[in-house]
Amino acid sequence: MHRPSPHTLLIVGATGGIARALCRRLIDRGYDLVLAGRRSEGLAALDADLNVRRGGCARTVPFDALDLTACSTLLARATEVAGGPLHGVVVCHGALPPETKPVTVESIDQAFRVNLVSAAMILEQAAEYFEQRGGGVIAAISSVAGDRGRQSNYLYGSAKAGLTAYMSGLRNRLHRRGVAVVTIKPGFVDTPMLHGRRLPAAFLVSDPDRVAAAIVTAIERRRDVVYVPRFWQPIMIAIRLLPEWLFKRTSL
Amino acid sequence: MTHCPAVQATHESSLQGWGRLEMVRARVARPASVAEAADIVRESGEAAVTPRGLGRSYGDASYDDRGVVIDSRGLDRYVAFDDETGLLRCEAGVSFADIVRTFVPRGWFLATTPGTQFVTVGGAIAADVHGKNHHRVGSFGAHVKEFTLLLASGDAIRCSRDENAELFFATLGGMGLTGFVVDATIQLRRIDTAYVVVDYRRSSCLEDSLEAFEQGDAAYEHSVAWVDCLATGPTLGRGVVMRANHATRADLPANDSGAPLTLPPRRPWSVPYTPPMSPLRPWSIRLFNNAFYAAHPDRRAVVDIGRFFYPLDAVRGWNRLYGPRGFIQYQAFFPRATSMQGLRELLSRVSGSGVASFLAVMKSCGPADGGLLSYLEPGHTLALDIPWHGSDARMRELCTAFDDVLLRHGGRIYLAKDAVTTAETFHRMYPRLADFQRVRRQADPDGRFSSALGRRLGIVVN
Repeated sequence: MHRPSPHTLLIVGATGGIARALCRRLIDRGYDLVLAGRRSEGLAALDADLNVRRGGCARTVPFDALDLTACSTLLARATEVAGGPLHGVVVCHGALPPETKPVTVESIDQAFRVNLVSAAMILEQAAEYFEQRGGGVIAAISSVAGDRGRQSNYLYGSAKAGLTAYMSGLRNRLHRRGVAVVTIKPGFVDTPMLHGRRLPAAFLVSDPDRVAAAIVTAIERRRDVVYVPRFWQPIMIAIRLLPEWLFKRTSL
Repeated sequence: MTHCPAVQATHESSLQGWGRLEMVRARVARPASVAEAADIVRESGEAAVTPRGLGRSYGDASYDDRGVVIDSRGLDRYVAFDDETGLLRCEAGVSFADIVRTFVPRGWFLATTPGTQFVTVGGAIAADVHGKNHHRVGSFGAHVKEFTLLLASGDAIRCSRDENAELFFATLGGMGLTGFVVDATIQLRRIDTAYVVVDYRRSSCLEDSLEAFEQGDAAYEHSVAWVDCLATGPTLGRGVVMRANHATRADLPANDSGAPLTLPPRRPWSVPYTPPMSPLRPWSIRLFNNAFYAAHPDRRAVVDIGRFFYPLDAVRGWNRLYGPRGFIQYQAFFPRATSMQGLRELLSRVSGSGVASFLAVMKSCGPADGGLLSYLEPGHTLALDIPWHGSDARMRELCTAFDDVLLRHGGRIYLAKDAVTTAETFHRMYPRLADFQRVRRQADPDGRFSSALGRRLGIVVN
C-alpha cells in the first residue's frame, strides 16, 4: 500500500462521531494512528475495530480534556506510545454545552475548558514539537458556530471562535517553519453530539463520513481554513456580513 | 464530558420502509455502546422499543409510531477477526458493504448475502436473510455462530445453538421482536478471487426455468432467475437463469489476474429525488423486459462480486423510481411439491392483473435452518416488485388474491418484504408462531419489543 508521508498521526478525541469516521479513512490511506480519548470502553472498541481493518495500525493513549495536567503531557505520552516520531496531530474533541437556561458557572467553565483551553494546551505542545522537527501538520476541528455568536449556542460558538483565532495565530507563527496548520469548520454533522438537539432542515445535516473525507483532503493538501461541506462557506460569509443592528433581531 | 448525560437523547425523525408506502414520525435513539443501548431500553419505561438498521426491510418492520426506535448504526465496529478460521465478531450495525470492502481484498466473503449490501448484520439476523445460494448453504442464520441479545430487562445475554438456544432460534428471523442484537460472530467463507463465473441461460417458460434450477443446483453454488412477468400463455415464466460459481485465479482473463481480489471500482448513480410520476409503467417495463431478454443469450462470463450480487446497489435510492406512492415487494415461497403449480398461478395472476412487476426474481431453496419465523424450506421463491398504483382497495385486493394462491399451495410470504398481509393470513402461513410467542414471552414478558409489522400481523399482542 502507498504509505503517505506524514504517516503517524495523533488523533485527539478519537471516539467522537466525526473522528471515528476520520480514523477509518486515515487508516485506509495507510496512516498509523495514536488514538487519544476519554471514553475508555469506546476507545478500546475503536482501537479493536481499526486493528481488525488493518493489523497494527492503531494504539491508544488515555486522555480527558477536563484534566489539564493530562493535556499538558499528552504529546509526550503519545510519542512514547507511537514508538517513533509523530507527523501530525488532529484535535477533534469538543462538546456542546447543555441548552438549559440559565447558563451555570460550571457549564461556562466546562465549555471553555473542553472546547478551547485543552485544545490550546495540546496545540501549543504540537507547535513546539513540529517546529523542532521542522515540519508536520496540525489540524483542529473548530466549527461554523465560531464564525458568529448566535443566541442558540454562543457559549459553544465563542469557545470555537477562540479556537479559530488561536489556530490563525499558530498558522501565522509556523508558516515559515514548514508546519501546516489546518482549521476545519464543519456545519451540522449527524453525530451523537447533536442527537436530541434542534436541527435545521435535513439537507443541511451532513454525513460524518463525507465530512471525514473532506478533512483527509484538507490535511493532505495542507489547506488553511476549510468549511465542510463547502456550501457552509458562502452561508457563513453571508451571516458574517449581516450588520449587527440587523443580526441582533434574527432568531438564529 | 461530565455534563453529557449517560443516555443519548432521542430525536424525532421521519422513517419509512424501503417500499415507501407510508412515512412515520418516530423518536429515534442511536446508541454508541452496549451500555448506552441498555440504558435506552431500560429508561424508555412503558414505551415500546423497535430495532432498526439500514431500513432495507420493505414494509413496516423497522419502525413504529409509539415508543423508541433504536438505531443500530452507532454500533458499527469490528471486534475481532481470525484470519485462519474466517470467524468475524462485530457489532450489529456493521453493514455488509463494510464487510465486503474490508474482507474481500483479504480473500474472505459473506457465506451468503441478499441482493443488497446495504443491510446490517443485526438486520440480517432479524430477517434471517438468504441469497442466491440457499439451496447449498442455507440462510444467513446458518452462518451465525452466536450473538449478544439485549433483552427488555436491559440485560445482555449470549445466544448460540448451545446457549439460550430457544432464544437463538426465535431471534433468527424474529424481526427484532425478541430483543436488540448488539453484536454477533459470523462465519465468512474463503474466496480465491473477487469474481464469479456466470453461465447465463435463457428459459422459454416456467417449466424450463425450474428445470434449469433442478439440473444446475448440484453444479452451481449460486443460481437466480430473472422472470419476465409480462409473458403470458406458453411463454409464462420465461426469463434468464443465471448460475454461478466463485472464480478461481485460473478463470480470470489475463488482464485481471494481477489483482484477483481487488474489486473493480463502481461509480454509483443516484436517484436524488422522487419523480412525481413513476417511469416504471407496464409499457416501459415491457420494453425493458424485451431488451433484457435479448441482451442475455446463453453464454459464460466472468463478473465481479459487486455486479453479480448487488446489481441494484449501483443506483442509490432506486426505490424512489416508484414515485411518491411507493411500491411493495411481494416475495412468495412455495414448497417443492407444489411450487410449479403455485408459481404458475401466481404469475398468471400478475400478468392478468394489469400491474407490471419491474423486478421479478426466482430462486431455489434448500433445507430450513431452524429459525422459528424463518420462511424457507426446500422449494422456490418468487419476488415481485409491484408499484402501488391505482386505488388502495384494488392493490389490497390483488395482494389478498396472491395470498390465497400461497395459502392454497402451502406457501408463505417473507416478513422482511411484507407490508400488507393480514394477521389471519400470516397465522395460517406460519405454524410455528405459537412457539415463537412462547419464547418471546419468556424473554420479554411485558412485550416491550414491538414494531408496526409485529402489531399488524398479531405477532405481538398490543
